[in-house]
Amino acid sequence: MITKSRKKLHIVCIAVCLIVLIAAVWLLGRLFEPKYMSGVLEGAMTAEYYDEVTPHDVVFIGDCEVYENFSPVTMWEEQGITSYIRGSAQQLIWQSYYLLEEVFERESPKVVVYNVQSMKYDEPQSEAYNRMTLDGMPLSKIKLDAIKASMTEDEELISYLVPLLRYHSRWSELSAEDFEYIFSRDKVTVAGYLMRADVKPMTKLPAAPVLEDVTIGDTCWEYLDKIRETCDANGATLILIKSPSLWPHWYDEWDEQISDYANKYGLDYINFLPLSDDIGIDMQTDTYDGGLHLNVYGAQKLSAYFAKLLSEDYGVPDRRDDADISADWAEKTGAYYELLAAQKAELEEYGYLKSWTLGE
Amino acid sequence: MLFTSYGFIAFLIALFALYYIIPKRFQWLLLLAANILFYACAGWQGLCFMAATVIVSWAATNLMGASLKKQKAYLATPEAKALPREERKAYKKAREKDRKRIFVAALIADIGILAALKYTNFLINNVNSLFSAGIGNVDWVLPLGISFYTFQTVSYVIDVYWEKVEPEKNILRVALFTSFFPLLIQGPISRFGDLSETLFAEHKADFKQISFGIQRILWGYFKKLVIADRLLVAVTALCGDPAAYSGAYVFIGAVLYAAELYADFTGGIDITIGIAQVLGISVKENFLRPYFSRNIAEYWRRWHISMGTWFKDYIFYPLSVAPWLLRLSKSARQKISDGFGRKLSVYISTIVTWFLTGLWHGAAWNFVVWGLLNAFFILLAEEIKPLSQRFRARHEGLTAGFGYRVFETLRTFLLMCSLRILDCYRDVAVSFKAFWSVFTTNNWAEAFSGELLNLGLGVGDYIVAGLGVALMFTVSCVQEKCGSVRELAWKKPAVSYVLFGALAIVILVFGAYGVGYDSTQFIYNQF
Repeated sequence: MITKSRKKLHIVCIAVCLIVLIAAVWLLGRLFEPKYMSGVLEGAMTAEYYDEVTPHDVVFIGDCEVYENFSPVTMWEEQGITSYIRGSAQQLIWQSYYLLEEVFERESPKVVVYNVQSMKYDEPQSEAYNRMTLDGMPLSKIKLDAIKASMTEDEELISYLVPLLRYHSRWSELSAEDFEYIFSRDKVTVAGYLMRADVKPMTKLPAAPVLEDVTIGDTCWEYLDKIRETCDANGATLILIKSPSLWPHWYDEWDEQISDYANKYGLDYINFLPLSDDIGIDMQTDTYDGGLHLNVYGAQKLSAYFAKLLSEDYGVPDRRDDADISADWAEKTGAYYELLAAQKAELEEYGYLKSWTLGE
Repeated sequence: MLFTSYGFIAFLIALFALYYIIPKRFQWLLLLAANILFYACAGWQGLCFMAATVIVSWAATNLMGASLKKQKAYLATPEAKALPREERKAYKKAREKDRKRIFVAALIADIGILAALKYTNFLINNVNSLFSAGIGNVDWVLPLGISFYTFQTVSYVIDVYWEKVEPEKNILRVALFTSFFPLLIQGPISRFGDLSETLFAEHKADFKQISFGIQRILWGYFKKLVIADRLLVAVTALCGDPAAYSGAYVFIGAVLYAAELYADFTGGIDITIGIAQVLGISVKENFLRPYFSRNIAEYWRRWHISMGTWFKDYIFYPLSVAPWLLRLSKSARQKISDGFGRKLSVYISTIVTWFLTGLWHGAAWNFVVWGLLNAFFILLAEEIKPLSQRFRARHEGLTAGFGYRVFETLRTFLLMCSLRILDCYRDVAVSFKAFWSVFTTNNWAEAFSGELLNLGLGVGDYIVAGLGVALMFTVSCVQEKCGSVRELAWKKPAVSYVLFGALAIVILVFGAYGVGYDSTQFIYNQF
């Protein structure tokens, strides 16, 4: 038998140990989490949204075809439109939906732009991409739902809640970056736009693979319905777009199905692929990877074109008269040009982009 | 449900909490429900086979019990007492015969299920090899832990038959004994007499027991996740390609496998005993630092103790006093020599016991050969005992020293590593070839020139595994000299909790779990 005072001592010890243990698990989780501050930057994008200080009239949701092809700073400069891109690498439609839900919890955009390229994925695809999209979300019911919808077969919900359980195996590959960015990270985007200033002209695209089934999956339609409904409920106009990236191939059959859906619900669907010439996109100068994604020059052209459309056809207001908003965007514009200059300097010095990180 | 899965941890936490919240009289029923849930996770078919074993064992033991009760009651009556002694004897014998029939039928049913499900393909493959019969293999379900729960149940049936324990009337309690989930994965193979007292009892939350239990579970996870599952990667690579990895690699593989198997098996047992301890249930120890053994017989008294004692109590002893074997022994004494005749029954019993031990480990010849080689070395050690004793007497100074003790311990360790090569390669011919290559291929320089880093483990992994093994060794040394480490630490609570908190962190960081690692079941679960 153990005495009462000794039992008390044990309980105090257990309580202290538990607190220290929980703190250690949290701290180690922070340390082991990939920081995405160099090389692959896409994993740092989701979290940046929560630092935004002024609201946005336009919110983009989608995959790399939005965060690399649209430049919010250009839209601001051209039409005074405030916009943000909630995009991440291979962002699946359900992830876009949950990120949009978060947006509506925080602000009331007038227009939501969804890039339909990700409608080709009807099932969870990759744990690594899931992590890049979801890890940056703060803990909430929306995040839990997003995780549940996104998890591949081998994934466990708890490892999203306790990052150490997922990233502990990085103990042997920790670098100075992991220690440097343990509590705070640099911004890698400007209002969600991931800039690339290098140029790799398009040469020849591979032949489009023949698909056995060109039907867009039920899960995608289910989430497109949800996106449409949540936009309706929050008084936002939903615009479906297909970015002018030439690869992966956008099939006519997919295009038809999206058009039919848009017609059915009275939505606008803009396929920018046939509009590339009107926009002025030249795949010899406006892409950094041979036509998959636009570089900053292509993004500027596309954004200017789209901003005009949003302003004229959708009545998205010019906010340049608002002092607070202007101050915020002045900062963003400064960061944008600083980054562009840094990338240009890098290209001049090395002939390639050594790093994309702001401030380096 | 893997012991190493998050689901299992959640299951344990829920069970522990509920166990001490509900009224104590329902604790054993909660455990039974937990067992069923745990077992059902591995497939409902397995549950059916286990239910069959429970029903057979419960019915048989109660029939035997009823027969014995009836016999005792009758013999106590004045009418029976008035009977001539011969008639009383005849009555007793008739009842014993009845019980024997029930007993044999129960054994056939219980072992029959195990034999059919586990050994049918082995039999078919051998028939096919011998007679080119071309019989197709069967695709029958192999219920989780069937070898363990069958042996446990068989021991219960035998103990009732031998009148060592009373038959349990409540079938749900028999079901609980058979299905107690911590024991299903890899034992220890527990006896009804040992387990039932605490298994069915009502338990008040005992702070020290719960604390010790959790500490032991942590220690088990450390061994399994930090050491065993890390070394598994290298061992699998080494054993998976015997053509590429011969000579030095076989030796290194055997030593790594020794560490992996020990960490895996004892780690699993630590988790098992720890869970039971939290629930207030006493489970006997299954290991006693076997790698400190100085000879093979001692090793088997310290390794997988519950299996060893099971075979000793239910196979070796009954067989060595079996009338036919005693007759054979007597005949050998007369016809060959007195010494040989006296040893014959021990020889045969040892060989049969180890043949069955090998077969229990797996339905394959490598296990049978492994078992028989164990028998060979045990008997050889027995044969050369007088020689060894003479040597000891003549060189007392040398053999009493620490150096000689280390030599004997190392010799036993290496012998067991060598025998386990059969387990590593799972093929008799490949195993012998691999063993032989240790003496014929000199590629030590190659092995240590970076090739070991091509086995899936980095330098850091080897360091972590090495430190883990060093910690296990240190703890074993402390246990050997001073007893329980937890008891020692208990005197200084702060030290105790800091140590185990640090252990938890080490497991979380260095454990081979989660994405990028293959969650593996315990090695002994496949036996």
